[in-house]
Amino acid sequence: MGGIKTAGDLVFRMQLLKGMRIGEAKKYVADKLGVTEFDLCDSSVMAEIRNDLGLGVQMPSDCAPTGISAKMRIERALDIRINSVGVFEKKAGINLGR
Amino acid sequence: MEKYFTRMGDGRAVFMSLDEIKADVQEGVDDAAKRGKIPPLTKSEIDHIVDIITMDGVVVGVRQGDQVVGSTDQGSETLDLVCGIPIDRIIQAQIYERGFGLDSSDFGFTDYNFKAVKSVASFEASYMEKALEGTVMPLLYGGMPNLGFYTKPDGPVENWAELLPLAKIDEALAAQEQAVEMAVHDIVYVAEQMDAVGSDGINLDTAGAAGDADFLATLMATEEIKRRFPNQGVEIGMAGEFVLGMHGRLKYKGERLAGLYPHKQVALAEMAGATVFGAVVNTNTSKSFPWNIARVCTFIKETVKEAGHIAVHANVGMGVGGIPMCEVIPCDAVSRADKALIEITRLDGL
Repeated sequence: MGGIKTAGDLVFRMQLLKGMRIGEAKKYVADKLGVTEFDLCDSSVMAEIRNDLGLGVQMPSDCAPTGISAKMRIERALDIRINSVGVFEKKAGINLGR
Repeated sequence: MEKYFTRMGDGRAVFMSLDEIKADVQEGVDDAAKRGKIPPLTKSEIDHIVDIITMDGVVVGVRQGDQVVGSTDQGSETLDLVCGIPIDRIIQAQIYERGFGLDSSDFGFTDYNFKAVKSVASFEASYMEKALEGTVMPLLYGGMPNLGFYTKPDGPVENWAELLPLAKIDEALAAQEQAVEMAVHDIVYVAEQMDAVGSDGINLDTAGAAGDADFLATLMATEEIKRRFPNQGVEIGMAGEFVLGMHGRLKYKGERLAGLYPHKQVALAEMAGATVFGAVVNTNTSKSFPWNIARVCTFIKETVKEAGHIAVHANVGMGVGGIPMCEVIPCDAVSRADKALIEITRLDGL
C-alpha cells in the first residue's frame, strides 16, 4: 500500500493489533486522521497529513519525528498503544499515564 | 488467431490463445472446488481473471484506492542474505521503510527458526529493540516452528520420518507429540524476549511445514503468546496449502488438523488468537499461470469468506499464490496475481 509514503503502516498496524479486516482498518485510520479512505492510498495527501501530525515520513527533513518519537504521535493519533513506545517510556522513566 | 504472452508454473514464457487460457482458468477453478469441496468462482469472476491475464502491459494494477497492505517473511535479511549486500538488519529495516515503502517487515535470525534462536534470544532481542527505535512501521519478530529440527541427530527426539517406514507407528506418533511440546516452549520463550523490548508482533512462518504436528505447535504457541502477551500481534503464515498428516490424529479444539485446506485453517488460526493469517496455495509448475491463478483465487475467496476477525494475507512469492517457481520472479506474473487476488477475493493483504 506504500507504507509511510501513504498510510499502509498505520492500516497494517490496526490489522496486526486488532485483527481488523482491510475495510475496517482503513475506515478506522481514516476516521482518526480526518481523511477519506481513498486519501489513505494517496502519497501526496498523506505526506502532508503525516508531516503536519509528525507521524513519520519517507524523507524526514527539518528534524521531523522518526522512529520512537513518530510512534508516540501515532499512539495519540490512532488512540492505540504501541509496545516499543511503552518500553521506551519505561526505560526513560517517563510516565505518560499508560 | 491472436496469442497472448503468459507463463508456465516454472516461469517459462508461453503464448496461448484466448480459448486455451479460458480452458485452463476453468480447469484451475474446478480443481480447487473439487479438492477443497468449495464453491467455484462465478462466471463474471472467471471472465475477470481472463481479462487480467490478457491485459496489455508488463505490469498491471488495481484501481487507485483499492490497494491493500503487505507483510513479509524473513523481511529484514533479504538485502543481506539473499542479495549479498553487506548491510546490518537494523539498517535494512529502515531501508524497507523509507526506501521501499513497505507497510511492515519482520526481523529474523539468519537461521530463521525458533529452536536456533532460543540460545541467542537475548542478543536477538537487543537487535530488535534497536530496530524498533529507528522505525515507524510495525516490526514483527519472525521465525519458523520447524518441527523437523527437533529430531535426531540435530535434536533430542526420534526421527518420525525414519520410524514410519519401519512401521514403528506408536513411536513415530510419540516423537511428534514430544516435539510439539518443545517447539511451543521455544517459540513462547523467544516471544517473551521480544515482548520485553516492545516487538509489534510475532510472525510464525511456514507453519505446518513438517505436517499436522508442526501446525499444532503453531496454534498452541499462538494461544500461549496471546494469553501471556495480549498486546502482541501474531501472524501465522502457512507452509503449504494442505496440512500433511504426518501424525494424522492430532486435533485442535476438536478439529482434526491433517488434510485441512486454507479455508479451514483460517478458523483455527483465529481461534488460537492470531490477528493475521498468511494463506498459501501452491503453484503447480507443470500447469500454466492461468490455471494456477484461477485455482488460487478459488481457494482464497473461500478463505476470506470463512475469516471472521482476522486479516487474510495471501502468500504471493516464489512457488505460491500463482507465482511461478523460479528464482527471479517475473513482475508480469506478480502484478497479475496481485490484481486478481485483490479484485476477486477481496482479501486483506499480501
